[in-house]
Amino acid sequence: MGKQINESKSSIKNKAIGNTKSEPLIIEYSSSGRKGYSLPKIDLPNKDQELSELLPQNYLREELKLPEVSEVDVVRHYTLLSQKNYGVDSGIYPLGSCTMKYNPKINEDIARLDKLSNLHPYQDEGLVQGSLEILYKLKQNLAEISGMDEVTLQPASGAHGELCGLMIIKKYFEDKGEERKKVIVPDSAHGTNPASAAMAGFDVIEIESNEEGMVDIENLKEVLDENVAALMLTNPNTLGIFEKDIIKISELVHNVGGLLYYDGANMNAIMGYVRPGDMNFDVLHFNLHKTFSTPHGGGGPGSGPVGVKEFLKPYLPIPLLRVETNSKESADGTGRDAKFNDNNMECHEIGTTSIDDNGAYDGENQEKDIYKWDYDRPQSIGKLQAFYGNYGVMLKAYSYIRKLGANGLKETTENAVLNANYMKARLKDEYHLPYQENSLHEFVLSGIKQKEKGSSTLNIAKRLLDYGQYAPTIYFPLVVKEALMIEPTETENIKTLNKFVETMKIISREIEESPDLVKNAPHTTPIGKLDEVKAARETNLRW
Amino acid sequence: MSYISNTLQEKEEMLKTIGIAKMEDLFKAIPQEVLFQGKLEIPAGLSELELLKEIKEQASRNSSLDEMNSFLGGGAYDHYIPSIIDHIVSRSEFYTAYTPYQAELSQGSLQAIYEYQSMICQLTDMEVANASLLDGGSATGEAVLMASRITRKKNIIISKSVHPAYREVAQTYGKQQGLVFTEVEIKDTQTNLEQLDSAIDQNTAAVVIQYPNFLGSIEDITKIKEMLNSFKRTLLIVIANPIALALLKSPGQLDADIVVGEGQALGNTINYGGPYLGFMACKEKYLRQMPGRIVGATTDQNGEKGYVMTLQTREQHIRRGRATSNICTNEALNALIATIYLSVMGKHGLKEVAEHCLRKAHYLAEKIETIPGYIVLNKGNIFHEFLIQPPGDTKVYYEKLKEKGILAGIRITSLGYKFDALLVCVTEKKTLKELDQFINALEVVKNG
Amino acid sequence: MDIPKDLFYTENHEWTLVEGNEATIGITEYAQEEMGDVVFVELPEIGDVFEQFDSFGVVESVKAVSDVYLPIGGEIIAINEGLFDSPELINEEPFEGGWLLKVKIENKDDLEELMDYEDYAEFLEEEG
Repeated sequence: MGKQINESKSSIKNKAIGNTKSEPLIIEYSSSGRKGYSLPKIDLPNKDQELSELLPQNYLREELKLPEVSEVDVVRHYTLLSQKNYGVDSGIYPLGSCTMKYNPKINEDIARLDKLSNLHPYQDEGLVQGSLEILYKLKQNLAEISGMDEVTLQPASGAHGELCGLMIIKKYFEDKGEERKKVIVPDSAHGTNPASAAMAGFDVIEIESNEEGMVDIENLKEVLDENVAALMLTNPNTLGIFEKDIIKISELVHNVGGLLYYDGANMNAIMGYVRPGDMNFDVLHFNLHKTFSTPHGGGGPGSGPVGVKEFLKPYLPIPLLRVETNSKESADGTGRDAKFNDNNMECHEIGTTSIDDNGAYDGENQEKDIYKWDYDRPQSIGKLQAFYGNYGVMLKAYSYIRKLGANGLKETTENAVLNANYMKARLKDEYHLPYQENSLHEFVLSGIKQKEKGSSTLNIAKRLLDYGQYAPTIYFPLVVKEALMIEPTETENIKTLNKFVETMKIISREIEESPDLVKNAPHTTPIGKLDEVKAARETNLRW
Repeated sequence: MSYISNTLQEKEEMLKTIGIAKMEDLFKAIPQEVLFQGKLEIPAGLSELELLKEIKEQASRNSSLDEMNSFLGGGAYDHYIPSIIDHIVSRSEFYTAYTPYQAELSQGSLQAIYEYQSMICQLTDMEVANASLLDGGSATGEAVLMASRITRKKNIIISKSVHPAYREVAQTYGKQQGLVFTEVEIKDTQTNLEQLDSAIDQNTAAVVIQYPNFLGSIEDITKIKEMLNSFKRTLLIVIANPIALALLKSPGQLDADIVVGEGQALGNTINYGGPYLGFMACKEKYLRQMPGRIVGATTDQNGEKGYVMTLQTREQHIRRGRATSNICTNEALNALIATIYLSVMGKHGLKEVAEHCLRKAHYLAEKIETIPGYIVLNKGNIFHEFLIQPPGDTKVYYEKLKEKGILAGIRITSLGYKFDALLVCVTEKKTLKELDQFINALEVVKNG
Repeated sequence: MDIPKDLFYTENHEWTLVEGNEATIGITEYAQEEMGDVVFVELPEIGDVFEQFDSFGVVESVKAVSDVYLPIGGEIIAINEGLFDSPELINEEPFEGGWLLKVKIENKDDLEELMDYEDYAEFLEEEG
């Protein structure tokens, strides 16, 4: 593309990263009659019958415009496109709030096993007992990690989980005959919190954080009344700071009859150390694609299971996975003897699962466990997705938890917090640190010193790309000016962290010595800074 | 084993830099009263070898579709998936990337989404499409909310010939905003048009129709659109099967206002119901009310063409409580799969897949009708699914066929229909031999 | 910063030009600078009636949405349709070609709630 870096003074030489050749659209490779697929011949008596005899004449399609390309065209095109992308496998991805940790490859292999993936959602429960067992164990593990009593795996993303949790809260109050309209959200919250609350039909009340970046108890008291359905919190909050008054906060909310919702985006900071259930949260969602290492896929698929305390269990979405055993006590706690009358159910004996050295599954009658979807849930909020949620993602998360075990999960949190604090210690002199409080797995810097010298946080972010490193989350949380929100995760090692720190320092120097280099960044990426104003004003959304 | 690469020595060095003595000090901001004192009751970790062995052992209790002769459909379809798809989406630059917020290092994802939007528009003949929604069900939910925002009306009419799960999801979404749903009955496996006609009035925000419908029949959408024409601001939402659209008149030509659907059939593994992707397209005049991400083309400072997420002011991270939807993470990788599928199958391949489905389904339906006692319920036209009623108890027949390794279809009473029948689905993967095996088995189970 | 002397202002940075019974409304130079490049404007329909300080539409840049409030109550008698194709007029000529709409003044007392240019200049200074 022949971009020029005019600042010859700079000692920093960047090599072009990724594929900088511009790549045409797949449709531009199209040539009439070219084919890239192979299908068997149709070997049926009706193979020559006119389509108009098989379909109504007035519903026959006249024209279908799609590419006509060869297999190699397609492979090359998307391979070239992939080279213009940056993933966790390319390098550090320090997006605050996003937990971009390494995505273990074994998870991918497991999710692709034919016996686990080649299953139809309407297959009889008896034909998918292996999968249901995995899902059940995942559910139990998540309940244990979070200190909740029951978990649904159905929501397909974090925001979907929030929506689910808020619907549960709404239904709970409806059944109690209380009409509570307000959901309180701190000003540092993720945008999905107020959006989900609004979508669930609540009025959103935003409260200002205090000087330490935490919930301001006085502000909270002011808005608390009998009309409050819930307070949504993430703890540690989006500044990475632990809300130390959480018990007090929970008491205040519970005292007016409201519930506490935990946004699980930051769970990587607390595994094995704190459990939301023990902090008196009533509902929470997990982000399997953050904490539990499943890949983000360039924007999905994710998975956002929801956990609740016992009293909210009846409201969980349909269907809910449960286990039935032949022993006197059924494992779902109903005390009913299991009945196997359903002909749709294959009641073959299930072999023993591996015995773990912790004996966590001891006492369960493994041979007799039968997993079933429970649709008979009259108080449920209903269905959120056509089937059971993002099953393939759940397999990966289960594989991760099973591989790490209790110790591995705790170690994960420890190292996530260590990495973040190390980076903070090394960066806080060069960049302004607006909140001095102890932080956990992420921290927020402000680019105001650099802004005064003429370069914005956006410029810094773009300049980082030139060094082959992804930028932190910027301009969020909204309570920090020129925010740079950094979350390294536990999977980066000290060398990678040092490199990032050094780059941040170099950029800060560049802002003084060769400002245009920073202001006009990026220079070495597959494409230069893109004109977003033009994209919005002259919308071009398709070929 | 966890995925941590710092050595003990490095950790010490890091603690020193931070200025603390031990790991626990990192957590000193957490008050003692909430610290978890116990140990998580989660089994100890495994090596890769042990893990794989354990999981395979568990998986052995499943029966995969390849081990049976399955005729299950109903919104999750077992189509052929070209080899190249998994090879391309396994490129970790794609699957380990985040949402493309830093456009300059995300051109691969962004251009692919632009191509996806383009091909969804071509397939549906609509003007604009978004970057994907969570699945066909939630896309239906988002569509009714969108229709309500556009029309400022609250009443939604939905046919009982729409997928029962989609109807449920739409109602779960809609009732939060006070939407009122009216379900229209079925007549001969299609929407009862007379009842529909009398249900529509000036308060109707939208009519929701599936095409082909859940029971396999092709609805007369032209007629339904005509019913709407006498009302101002009542939208037509069509839930379309993307494979069927290769042969069927496009929703755009039928003047649909919003088109949604399940995109799984486009190259995505059947995966026990997810992850799938919901697609959504609409008329351009409704663009601002469309939920979800949208990618647009633009240029960089040198005039090079590039792609960015655009019109983001509709979304939660900017408009927060007043956004068009709370959706953030969508199904980008599944949309990439659909994009590759539509590219490699292309204009001719998609049509050929659809023809396989159509001809094989017709062959099977006609053969079944010739077996005395069996009835095919669809009176109208079908694409690749249809309803059959066996001469006796459907459940008994289903079980007998299962013993023979045949999953004969979905028993529709299990999804809330008042009458029982088997919803039979045929895709291009079915061979003549498998179809004939089914036909023979139907005869055998009838006689024994 | 340009603050024309013949206009009235609000704390939300709308300006009002009064001509007889009609008022023309827009957003100030300060507002457009804060917003950045305007890419989209949503306006009410002619004939809609609003009370003073009702929100009547939105002005959007790439990454921000701003509600706009009517400084004077009354019926909308004209909207600046040119903005639909050229929203950049708000950036380029906020006080002229970038006007948003005209309203038929219902009650002239509404004007007392507004700032004159001196007050507005002072207000901007306080805002920093």
